[in-house]
Amino acid sequence: MTTLSTDTELSREKFRSGVMRSPGAIIGMVFVAIVVLLAILGPLLAPYSPIATIGIPGQAPTAAHILGLDFEGRDVLSRLLYGGRTTLFMCVVATLLTYAVGLTIGLIAGYTRSFVDSLLMRMVDVFLSLPALLVMLVMVTALGPSQVILIVSAALVLFPGVARIVRTSTLEVSRRGYVEAAIARGENTISILRREILPNIAGPIIADLGLRFSWSIILISSVNFLGLGISPPNPDWGLMIAENRIIISENLYAVLAPSVVIAILILGVNLVGDAFVRSLGESRD
Amino acid sequence: MKSIRNRLDFEVSLKEHPRPRWSSGRPLITFLARRLASAAGTLVVVSALLYFVTNVLPGNVALVVLGKNATPARVQALDARLGYDHSIVVRYFDWLGGVLHGNFGQSAVAVALHDPQTAISSTLSSPLSNSLILAAIASLLLIPLTLILGGISGLFAGRKLDNVISGPLLVSGGLPEFVTGSLLILLFFNTLNLLPPISSLSPGQSPFSEPKALVLPVVTLLAVTVGSGARQVRAGVVEVLRGEYVQYARLNGVNERRIVIWYVLRNALATSVQVIAQNLQYLAGGIIVVESIFDYPGIGEYLVQAVQARDTNKVLAAAIILAAFYVLINILADVIVVYLVPKLRTEMS
Repeated sequence: MTTLSTDTELSREKFRSGVMRSPGAIIGMVFVAIVVLLAILGPLLAPYSPIATIGIPGQAPTAAHILGLDFEGRDVLSRLLYGGRTTLFMCVVATLLTYAVGLTIGLIAGYTRSFVDSLLMRMVDVFLSLPALLVMLVMVTALGPSQVILIVSAALVLFPGVARIVRTSTLEVSRRGYVEAAIARGENTISILRREILPNIAGPIIADLGLRFSWSIILISSVNFLGLGISPPNPDWGLMIAENRIIISENLYAVLAPSVVIAILILGVNLVGDAFVRSLGESRD
Repeated sequence: MKSIRNRLDFEVSLKEHPRPRWSSGRPLITFLARRLASAAGTLVVVSALLYFVTNVLPGNVALVVLGKNATPARVQALDARLGYDHSIVVRYFDWLGGVLHGNFGQSAVAVALHDPQTAISSTLSSPLSNSLILAAIASLLLIPLTLILGGISGLFAGRKLDNVISGPLLVSGGLPEFVTGSLLILLFFNTLNLLPPISSLSPGQSPFSEPKALVLPVVTLLAVTVGSGARQVRAGVVEVLRGEYVQYARLNGVNERRIVIWYVLRNALATSVQVIAQNLQYLAGGIIVVESIFDYPGIGEYLVQAVQARDTNKVLAAAIILAAFYVLINILADVIVVYLVPKLRTEMS
């Protein structure tokens, strides 16, 4: 047990100082914070209704509408302020689901050392042999474009990576002395997994978190962009980019603003994720 | 970020296989046969998964396709024409048999609209060739760009030249295609007025007759793939540079140019080929969005339109083709890697 506590404490300390010192991570956290606040508080600040037509379609920015009007004459700023909540919420839930499934499968596969392991990993391999977006589109075709389906299909695409990482780390950790000691003490499997294995595989799992989250944003907002996710007239950043392309000559801000917001969000998540990976000493550069 | 995922997965896969022995005297052929067999198996499982998922709701297709005109009698008639009155297992094997002969079944929408042209196979060739042209141009540029940018930034890691290359790559590799594509349209169409914002072609028109229209789709594909790929190549080069044999060669006074060419670049090649393969595979998914952004009539746009129309058989046709491409690139990459880097023959299975 001594090994365990020093292990985690050391890495946690290294982790914190490494992440906090890296300028990339600080910029990243600021980026993420800006977009998350925008998405959560946006609806309170929006000057107009996100779905009401209030002027000429494609009107360029004016003092009253600082980002102009969209292809149906709705206020772009208001739609931008409303357009993040649903997608961000879906991405968070999808990421949580990804980890719930990935952790369960990875732990079972890595710990049982039986045929279950190869069975589960074959299943994971099959999911990895399909392009991510393709799986999402097939799911939408089959089951319809509801929020639940989008969340489930994003998790379906993302869990194999988590399961693999968890399995490999579990395999490695479960051979260590303290796990064998716990087995010899007669502790039950659940408590061994929870108290001995999980804390010791936390590093690689957390390192992977930022990446899964940014993938879930890319996937879900891409489906929205394709017009196969959130349905009009609901405001959504991906959808806004797609529907306003017809008026880019009149009001380019209707496309530029949501593009920039998505770009800042993903860059921010990536910068923070990279810093985590680096601080864990997992990175080669 | 994609780079990290690929790298983690790559490391995992190396750790998982404790160097199997080769059974026959001709390792490459055994290897190839094994990979082909497992790929065929994967594709069969994938085809079954795709088929059962898209056909899980019975009567769904006819109802959706007929829309407001759906009456029980019409739905039944359409179901019968499409073969939906048989059990799903029978239908799957019928469909699979057809696919193996290049027959992808009938378009439910075309049948419902009494269109004389209902066979899906005849609608596939033009989008397929358009997509192949787009993917081929992207690949031809992707490979040298990934290697050159990744190699240079790796060799100059931490210096100014590296920062100049790596910074933009970090940004372009992380952004989704639809954001990159839209920003490129704003720059090259709205601001500079150099390139068209859409790349649509009239039926039967060759993409080569509109070379300008191909530029932005190709650049968008490259932004994402080179962005993440070059960063991984860079990481590979950096690691090799830290290797003991490079230091040893330096201590022995081997000249730097020889070290770079014979030690560093050669040894970084194994990772690089796999990185490039992952990005070529990625094109199979990437073209779905890129073709939609630019209205380019390829298999990706075909798929998106089929999903919008809920035309199950069309979705299946496009999906199985993209999946086959995905699996095929994987094998090709494995073979090239094994051919180029003998050391890996013992590490990969």
